[in-house]
Amino acid sequence: MSNTGTQKLLAAIEALGDRPMNLMEVCGTHTMAIARSGLKSLLPGNIRLLSGPGCPVCVTPAEIIDGVLELAMEKNVIIASYGDMLRVPGSTPGDSLLRRRALGARVEIVYSPVDAVSLAKENPGREVVFLGVGFETTAPGTAAAVLTAQEEGVNNFSVLSMLKTVEPALRTLIAMEGFQVDGFLCPGHVGSIIGEAGFRFLPEEYGLPGVIAGFDPEEILLAVYHLAKQITEGHPRLENDYRRAVRPEGNPLAQAMLNRCFVPRRELWRGLGSIENSGLGLKEELAAFDAEKKFGLTAAPAANPTACRCGDVICGRLSPEACPLFSRRCTPEDPVGPCMVSSEGACAAAYKYRGI
Amino acid sequence: MDEIISLDYGSGGKKTARLIEKLILPRLDNPALRELGDGAIVDGGEKLVFSTDSFVVSPLFFPGGDIGKLSVCGTVNDLSMCGAEPKYLSCSFIIEEGFPFSELERIVESMAVQCEKAGVQIVTGDTKVVEKGRGDGIYINTAGIGVLRHPGLGPGNIRPGDKVLVSGFVGDHGTAVMLARNQMMQGEIASDCAALNGLTEAILSVAPGVRILRDPTRGGVATTLNEFVEGTALGIELEEARIPVRPQVQAACDMLGLDPLYCANEGKLLAVAAPEDADKVLAAMKNHELGTDAAIIGEVTERYPGKLTMRTAFGGSRVLQKLSGAQLPRIC
Repeated sequence: MSNTGTQKLLAAIEALGDRPMNLMEVCGTHTMAIARSGLKSLLPGNIRLLSGPGCPVCVTPAEIIDGVLELAMEKNVIIASYGDMLRVPGSTPGDSLLRRRALGARVEIVYSPVDAVSLAKENPGREVVFLGVGFETTAPGTAAAVLTAQEEGVNNFSVLSMLKTVEPALRTLIAMEGFQVDGFLCPGHVGSIIGEAGFRFLPEEYGLPGVIAGFDPEEILLAVYHLAKQITEGHPRLENDYRRAVRPEGNPLAQAMLNRCFVPRRELWRGLGSIENSGLGLKEELAAFDAEKKFGLTAAPAANPTACRCGDVICGRLSPEACPLFSRRCTPEDPVGPCMVSSEGACAAAYKYRGI
Repeated sequence: MDEIISLDYGSGGKKTARLIEKLILPRLDNPALRELGDGAIVDGGEKLVFSTDSFVVSPLFFPGGDIGKLSVCGTVNDLSMCGAEPKYLSCSFIIEEGFPFSELERIVESMAVQCEKAGVQIVTGDTKVVEKGRGDGIYINTAGIGVLRHPGLGPGNIRPGDKVLVSGFVGDHGTAVMLARNQMMQGEIASDCAALNGLTEAILSVAPGVRILRDPTRGGVATTLNEFVEGTALGIELEEARIPVRPQVQAACDMLGLDPLYCANEGKLLAVAAPEDADKVLAAMKNHELGTDAAIIGEVTERYPGKLTMRTAFGGSRVLQKLSGAQLPRIC
């Protein structure tokens, strides 16, 4: 049985009426917490929770994975990566780092970017390439690793930056035709870096409600209630339900670190396409630690070659089952799009809950 | 693209099942193997149970056990889950050139201790050595024979209303090995590796009508329970709040992005029992040193055929699928 706080919140949400509303979370940790707690099963039918492009691994495009896979096969190279990158497919069905590892590539799972620097020190004869994936939350750690390598002269370490920022992706989503989201659950971890200021554009420029949410199921439910209340009352604003970690101005130290190491650049997203200023590339003075420059990698921005409709699913315009690839070409074991790559993405969840 | 053996095929999840069903079973099919139980029941003077398992683990020594202990307990447990009294084991070592004698001694001594505890003997064996770089220190295969004492255990016996029990804390082994591999939180979590034949005997002697016993090794509790009901008209509903998980295991899993319900266990068993037997089984578990933290964790229903679902501690409900490939630590 759920506790009284949960019951009260659910009752308060129901008391707001039955106006249908689509709420989007844009953080993989929110997505996982919602799935693990079974929160969706408790919400009244008029409230639909959608998973936006919040899993940084899942939105890494096939074109860039292809380059990584090729690099992994070079004899001298060790790829250091977060674990969940290993299953993300390239443009050839079934091809991934996991497969390349079985073919002899050296791929090491690391838990922090600094571990990858240690790996480079332990393997002086080889090139260690860290796959820098993530949003503003993981970017400072990646920056710290680069600066450590620079300070300590670890010249066989480099970063392939696939780092992304949340705001440009949200703007792209909102501008998409048929966009049907009534409010955003804003990611608390990203918020701790960029602050409330980083999400103010939602109400101020688009008239959309936003609530920065924590990660316990009850904290998420509280944010859902605040969003639903804003929508019902027709008074969109930014609320901060995660004050213990998110300050209005964010974390200036982390922001300074990002500014020291990265410059915004155009970046390709799986399912969303190419978005101006949505990526963080390493600065020119850190070129020695930039895997793109070191190995001459060119991330050729190409259109998503498959019939994958993840972009539509993410926007809430298409149900996963309506995608022509769903459960046929695209399954959790052999995923095509980001919504199936993530174990709790919209498509993977729809696949899992068939018949329920 | 050519099919190759990737790590996923060893995960105990869907790919492992596919490998068995598509590649191995069609070629080596016979009535005993076809059942795909933890051991095979074959004709003999008495009914015998026969099982085999290979052990590859990194690191070879971890808190709570080592590859030698694992190789004895693993096969003893497979036999025990079939209702057998384990008797004889075979043992094959595949050793990498350069492996220290001292470590091999530790491993064999550990095997001897477990054989003594479980009351089994290793009666045949083999050793091969491969070139440096062609193995991971040491691999061990054991096969075991037991005498069938309690015939008829199997998923076909499961009925609506049956209770699902677990003999103690889940996820200890998988988490302990993962932490040891990454040299994190050393010493805080130990593997539960143990021979379970005493526990199964204690259960079956008080409740011979138990439907099925299974040790949830690779793929964990969630994968094993899925196997009980998949393709049937029955489902299992778990109650998250009743599943025993050590707080430090939960914390380590949260940190690594893993789920204790999918982590391997090497000294736990799952039992399904009729409602009138459930309390007897629970008492038998709790009275045994390897089952003191046992609990009734769920029930068999007809509501969601073929599915494993869970009422979460938060009050919601969710579906638990079989493990899909190896568990990989998540960034988000």
